[in-house]
Amino acid sequence: MKFTLSWLKDYLETDASLEEILEKLTIIGLEVEEVIDQAQILKDFTVAYVEEAEQHPDADRLRVCKVNTGKEVLQIVCGAPNARAGIKVVLAQNGSIIPTNGMKLKPTKIRGVESNGMMCSEREMGLSEEHDGIMELPQDAPIGEPFAPILGLDDPVIDIAITPNRGDALGVYGVARDLAGAGLGTLKEKTPTEIKGSFDSPVGVELKFADGDNAPCPIFTGIYVKGVKNGPSPDWMQRRLRAIGLRPINALVDITNYLSYDRGRPLHVYDADKLSGNIHVRLGQQGESLTALDDKDYNVPTDVCVIADDSGAIGFGGIMGGATTGSQEETRNVFIECAWFDPIRIAKSGRSLGIQSDARYRFERTVDPAFVIPGQYAAAQMVLDLCGGEASHIVIAGEAPVKDRIIDFPMSEVKRLAGLETSDIEIKTVLKRLGFWVSGTGDDVKIAVPTFRPDIHGKADIVEEVVRVIGVDQVKPVALPRLNDVTKPPLTDRQKRIGNARRALAARGMVEAVTWSFTEAKYAKLFGGGKPELTLINPISSDLSDMRPSLLPGLMQAAQRNADRGFNDLALFEVGQIFLGDKPEEQFTHATGLRRGAAKMAGTGRHWREASGTVDVFDVRADALAVLESMGLDSSKLQIVSGGPDWYHPGRSGKIQLGPKNVISTFGELHPKILDQLKVDGPICAFEITIENVPAAKKKATKSKPALILSDLQPVRRDFAFVVDQSVTAATILRAANGADKKLIAGVNLFDLYEGEHMEEGKKSVAFEVTLQPKDKTLTDEEIEAISSKIVAAVTKSTGGELRG
Amino acid sequence: MSELNSLEQEILANIAKADSEAALEDVRVAALGKKGKISEMMKTLGKMTPEERKEMGPALNGLKGRVGDALGARKDVLKEEALKARLLSETLDVTLPTRAGSMFEGRVHPIAQVTQELTAIFADMGFAVAEGPDIETDFYNFTALNFPPDHPARLEHDTFFLPEKEDGSQMVLRTHTSPVQIRTMTSQEPPIRVICPGRTYRCDSDQTHTPMFHQVEGLVIEEGAHMGHLKWVLEEFCKAFFEVDNIKMRFRASHFPFTEPSMEVDIGCQRVGNELRIGEGDDWLEILGCGMVHPNVLRNCDLDPDKYTGFAWGMGIDRLAMLKYGMPDLRAFFNGDKRWLDHYGFAPLDIPGLVGGLSS
Repeated sequence: MKFTLSWLKDYLETDASLEEILEKLTIIGLEVEEVIDQAQILKDFTVAYVEEAEQHPDADRLRVCKVNTGKEVLQIVCGAPNARAGIKVVLAQNGSIIPTNGMKLKPTKIRGVESNGMMCSEREMGLSEEHDGIMELPQDAPIGEPFAPILGLDDPVIDIAITPNRGDALGVYGVARDLAGAGLGTLKEKTPTEIKGSFDSPVGVELKFADGDNAPCPIFTGIYVKGVKNGPSPDWMQRRLRAIGLRPINALVDITNYLSYDRGRPLHVYDADKLSGNIHVRLGQQGESLTALDDKDYNVPTDVCVIADDSGAIGFGGIMGGATTGSQEETRNVFIECAWFDPIRIAKSGRSLGIQSDARYRFERTVDPAFVIPGQYAAAQMVLDLCGGEASHIVIAGEAPVKDRIIDFPMSEVKRLAGLETSDIEIKTVLKRLGFWVSGTGDDVKIAVPTFRPDIHGKADIVEEVVRVIGVDQVKPVALPRLNDVTKPPLTDRQKRIGNARRALAARGMVEAVTWSFTEAKYAKLFGGGKPELTLINPISSDLSDMRPSLLPGLMQAAQRNADRGFNDLALFEVGQIFLGDKPEEQFTHATGLRRGAAKMAGTGRHWREASGTVDVFDVRADALAVLESMGLDSSKLQIVSGGPDWYHPGRSGKIQLGPKNVISTFGELHPKILDQLKVDGPICAFEITIENVPAAKKKATKSKPALILSDLQPVRRDFAFVVDQSVTAATILRAANGADKKLIAGVNLFDLYEGEHMEEGKKSVAFEVTLQPKDKTLTDEEIEAISSKIVAAVTKSTGGELRG
Repeated sequence: MSELNSLEQEILANIAKADSEAALEDVRVAALGKKGKISEMMKTLGKMTPEERKEMGPALNGLKGRVGDALGARKDVLKEEALKARLLSETLDVTLPTRAGSMFEGRVHPIAQVTQELTAIFADMGFAVAEGPDIETDFYNFTALNFPPDHPARLEHDTFFLPEKEDGSQMVLRTHTSPVQIRTMTSQEPPIRVICPGRTYRCDSDQTHTPMFHQVEGLVIEEGAHMGHLKWVLEEFCKAFFEVDNIKMRFRASHFPFTEPSMEVDIGCQRVGNELRIGEGDDWLEILGCGMVHPNVLRNCDLDPDKYTGFAWGMGIDRLAMLKYGMPDLRAFFNGDKRWLDHYGFAPLDIPGLVGGLSS
C-alpha cells in the first residue's frame, strides 16, 4: 500500500516528522517497506535558463546552448529537438549522477565542441517514459533552485506492508486513523455528504441470485451522472497516482483508482450509453465469456459473481470490469457502481480467474460494509467536481451486511495476556481513538467494534489493539519460572540416536549434506518410491516433483556435482526423512552415506604410507555398523547377510538385520545401471540405516553395570586354515567355529583370506585364530587338542571344506 | 716375565684392534678361553715349584684381571658404537606428512549444529523437543491454526499440495512447524514447553527463498503465561544464541492467524563491510514472528482460553545460521558442495552445550 506524505496529511493533523511517522507506522503493525523521497534523489538537479541555442557546426541534430545556472553560464551540447533559447530546463551539472542509469557527468567534447553538463528528459529523471525531448519547466521557476519541489515531487512516497487482517488500512484514511489512534496526531474526519440527485436513474439495479441468497453481493448501489466531460484528471491527482505507481488514464478512471487508495473503496464507472437495459448481479452462467479491462478473454466460471446487463456479463464483480462498458475520453453519461462483495468468494474467484487487481486485493481483505453508500456519494461528488454533469437519485439493491459486534471485555485481560501494566482510562482512550465504543465501568465493560474492523472478534483481539497502540516496548520482560531446579534432558531416545548417528559419521570423516526432500519421479521409482500419493501437484520444477523414498538420489547427485568440480574422492552423508506413504507412520528417518573414489576413513586421497585403494563395500559396512553401535546396538548381535535392494550390485551388497523381519540397514556398491540412470560416475559404495528400525533400549532399574569377571588364567590361541568353496561365506565359517564349544571359545578372528593363483579353481583359503579362555584351570594339551578337533569337525561339516595341511 | 709382558702387550693390542663384538670375542677366546694363551699358562701353575708359583701366580692373575678389564672396557665401547650405528641406520624423515584423522575431516552441517545450539539453550529453560510429519493434513497445517478457509493468509503460504483423495481431502507439505504445536497440545496436558524444529516447505524459489527450509517454533502453554514471559524468553535466547551480553530488540505489531496479539521481532545490528555484527549499531534485522496463542487455536485443542494462556514463536534455522556464521546464500545450504561444507560445517567434536559454550 503506497501513499504520499501530503496525501496522509489530508486526513492527519500532525506535527510529527517523517521519521516519527515511519517509526510509528512500523511499530503499530503497518510495516514500512520503502520510502522514496524524490526531492532527496533529485536534489542535485536544478532549474536553469537557456540563453542561446546555436546550431552545432558539425552536426545537424545537435545544438550548442548557453545555459544560465544562476551562478554561471555553461556551454552544453544538446540533441533534443525542443532545445531552444528562452526555456527553463532541468540541469544536471558535472559530477552529478543520473538516477536512472547511474551515469556520472563529466566535461566532454561532442563532435569537437565542449559540453559541460546535461539538460534532462523526464525519463532520465525517472519521472516517466517520456524521452522525446528535454523537460520544460514553468517560466516562473527560480533559476538555480532544485526543480523537484516546483513539480510537486517533494512529497515522499511511503510503501507499507499490510497484513491480511487489515483491510481497513488499504486506504489513506484508514492509515491516518490508525496513526491518530497511536497518538501521532488527530484524524481529520471527513464523511461524504449525501447527494440528493435531481432525477431517477435511467439504469436500475437488481440482485438476481438463484434461491435469493445474496451473500456473494448483498448490496449494489448506483448513481447515474449525465452530461459529464471526461478528460485528463487534475495535476494534483495525476501526481499522486504517478507517485504510487499508477498511470493516469482519464478523469473518470482516475477517480475510481484514487478513491480505491484514498478510502480503500473500490468502484467502477460504466459508460452508461454502452449499457443495455438494467444492471443486475448474479453468478456466472455456463458457457458465458467476458473480455475484461485487461483485454483478455475469460470463460466465466459459474461460481464467480458477475455484473450483467441485458447483453450478458459485463464485469467480474469486485475483481475487474469488462472492456465493452468502460468509460472513455468521449464518455458523456456514466453509471457509478459502489457495491460490497463477499471476501471469500472474491478470493476464490480471483484465484480461479488468475486476476490480480486493486479491487480484488481490497475486497478479499474485506471492505467496510458501512461505507458502501457513503463511498457512492464520495465518488459521485468527485465526478461532479472534476467532470461536471448532473447526478441522479441513488439506486440501491439489497442491504449492507453491517452487523453489531459487541465484545464483553474484562479490563484485566490486558494484564493477563500481555502482562502490560496500564490504566483502564488509557485502555478506553486508545480504543476510542481507534473507533471502538466502550461502555460500562469497573473491570467488565462492553466494547462495540467499528464496521471497518472485521478482524476483531474477541478479547484477545482487543488486547492486541491496546498493546499495538500503547507499544509492545511497554511490556516488561518477566522470567519464565523454572519447571525443575536441575533441567531434565529434553531429548527423546530417538532424538539422541539421530544426534549420535550424525556425530559418529562425521567422526568417521564423512561430511554431512542436506539435500532436497523431493526428487525426480523416475528416480523415486528407481529407489522403491513413486507412489502417486507422494507426487506434488505443484512442484517447483519437474526434477523436484516427488517425495523421496531414499536419501541416495540426492546424495548421488551431490557427489556428481562435486566430481564435476574436480572432487572425486568424497564421503558424504545425510540424516533425514524419507517417505514411503503420506501417513505420519510412513515417514522414516534415514542415516545414509556414500563413499566415492579414495575417500576412506583413514583419510581421503592417496597417501605415502598406504597402498592406494578405492573405497569398497567393507568401508561402508563399517560405517553402518559404527552408526548402529553409536545408537547402543551390540554389533556382535547383528546378522549380516548377502544381498540388498535392487539399487545395489547384486553380488556386492548386504543387509544388517536383527532377524529377517527387521532389516536395520542395507549397504553395498551401487548398481551400475542405477549410476547410469542418474548420470553419476561410479563406483560408489553406500549404506542406508532406518533409525526407527533400531529397537528401543530396554529401560533398566539401575544404571549399575554388570559385575566384571576377569580370569587369572592365560587365554590360549590356535590358528586354523581351511580350503573351502568360494561360495562359502565368512559368516558360515565363523558361526561354525564359534559354535564348536560355547564355554571355552571366547572369540574367533578371521585374519587371512587367499583366493589367488596357487589355489584350485573355485576355492579359497580362509585362516582364523580361535581364542580359548579357560575358566577354572589351565587347559591340558589333550583338552586343547579335543577342542581343536571339535572346531575342525564343525567347520568341515558346515562348509564342506578341509583343513589346510 | 718379559714373556708375560710381551703377551700382555700383544693381547691388549688385539683388544684395541677388535672392531666388532665378534672380533673381540675371538680375542677373549684366544686369551682367556679354555685353550687361550693365559688359560694355558694358568694350567702350568700346578706343575711349578712353590717358589715359582709364588711369583708366577700373582703375575698371571694380574694379567688375567687386566686383560678381563680391557676386554670389558672395549666391549662397552663397541656396544656403544654398534648402537650408534644402528640408530643412525634407523633414522626416519619425520617431516613426512601424516593424516589428520577422520575426526578432523568430517563435518556436521550448520543446520544440525545450529539446531543443537538452540536446543541446548531452550532445554535450559525447560523446553522439550517435539516433532511431527512433513506431510500434513489441511487441518493440522491450517484449520486448527485458525486459518479461515480461502483466507488470503493461506495463499501467502505458497503451499505444496499432494493429489486430492477420493474423499476430497488433500495432504500438504507443512508450510511451518506449527502443526507440531497442535499435535503437542492435543496429546499432552499443560504446562507445555516445547520447541519444534524441522523441515518446512513453500512453493517459492529465488535468491533468498528455497522450496525447502528449516524452522524452529516454540510453544508455552501454562496458566499465567503472558507476553512479558515471551519477551524474556526471546531476549534471553537471542543473547545466548548470538553469544553477546546485550542485544537490542524491537517488537512490532503484526498479524498471524494463530496468534493474537502477534508481533514481529527485529534485533539491532550493524553491517561492517560484508560482516554483520549483532548486538551493536542502529540497523534493524527481522528475525522472528511471535505472539500469544490465539484463543481459537486453544479451543481447537480442547484447552480453555480463559484458564490457559500461552505464547509461540517461529524463526528460520537456516536464517539464524546465516546471521550467526555469515553464510551469504541460502541456496548453498542444500547443494552438498564439499568446499562449502568443509568451510561452514562443524567438526564432530564441536558439540554445542551451555557448559563448554555453544561455539568455539
